Amino acid sequence: MSEKKTPPDINALMQAIPYARFLGITVDQRGNEITTVMHFKEELIGNPVLPALHGGTIGAFLETTAIAQLAFEFSEGDAAGSALPKPIGLTIDYLRSGKPVDTYGRAEITKQGRRVATVRAEAWQDDRSRPIAAAHGHFLLKPADDPAGS
Amino acid sequence: MTDDEITEEHIALMKDVLIQHVPHARALGMNVVNAKRSEAWLSVPYDEKLVGNPETGVIHGGVITSLLDNACGIAVQLALPARMSIATLDLRLDYMKPATPKLDLTAHTHCYKVTTNIAFVRGTAYHTDEDDPIATCVGTFMLAANRAVPMPISPEAAAEAMKFLEKNKGDKA
Repeated sequence: MSEKKTPPDINALMQAIPYARFLGITVDQRGNEITTVMHFKEELIGNPVLPALHGGTIGAFLETTAIAQLAFEFSEGDAAGSALPKPIGLTIDYLRSGKPVDTYGRAEITKQGRRVATVRAEAWQDDRSRPIAAAHGHFLLKPADDPAGS
Repeated sequence: MTDDEITEEHIALMKDVLIQHVPHARALGMNVVNAKRSEAWLSVPYDEKLVGNPETGVIHGGVITSLLDNACGIAVQLALPARMSIATLDLRLDYMKPATPKLDLTAHTHCYKVTTNIAFVRGTAYHTDEDDPIATCVGTFMLAANRAVPMPISPEAAAEAMKFLEKNKGDKA
């Protein structure tokens, strides 16, 4: 979060995660802000009748959004897999059914402790004031220089 | 519905209706392993494309979220007297340990309470021993969540399901 640090390339980090690629998640990085995007594809559908996105994909997207935000704020330069924070607990509120279109996500770190960070994340589609889901979770931070971190 | 009414045929039908016609479940390779009244067992085979940490090969937490969400929904359907549309209201997940690379995931979910509007479910994700969980969850589902057709099924599957249900009704009478 210091001013001088070069922001890491979070999109490159996400593209290195097979599951994020599988879900079609990219990261739009502008200055000191990032927005995650889950590009719509048929594999994300959970209810083909409505149709609506699978609740699991929305949960996974929010979790990824939170991890991206943590990596963005805490990693130094080239973030590697070992620096990825691990989810401890995640609570997802499903607010509206997810339409078969692109979904956007933003996360905010509520509290950063030495070992654990608390993060809130929100996902929306056409209208940011009408989120489709919100989540809050705890993540275990593992500094890259901690070989015992597990 | 009683326990012994859920037969191999029912499970096969569920696989068709709840997995084959749900694109995301199909994409993950989800499988209904077993089912009884209010309870479901689903699995997802290990796959490189589901990895969350490329350095360790550990499956992404989101896969577990999808598996548990889906398995919770099926447990709710199995607890309801009639099929209806349901929607996840909230889902809380606790991750106990990372999944072991190369091993398949199983989820066991139980819908322990149904009220007029809400169904309550809990579940566990594990490899082989349910007492050594990777993650646990609790969730609530809204019943009769929308006006759409209750289950995401193709006309062919719907006809097949109806035929099967009619046949079963005949057997009971």
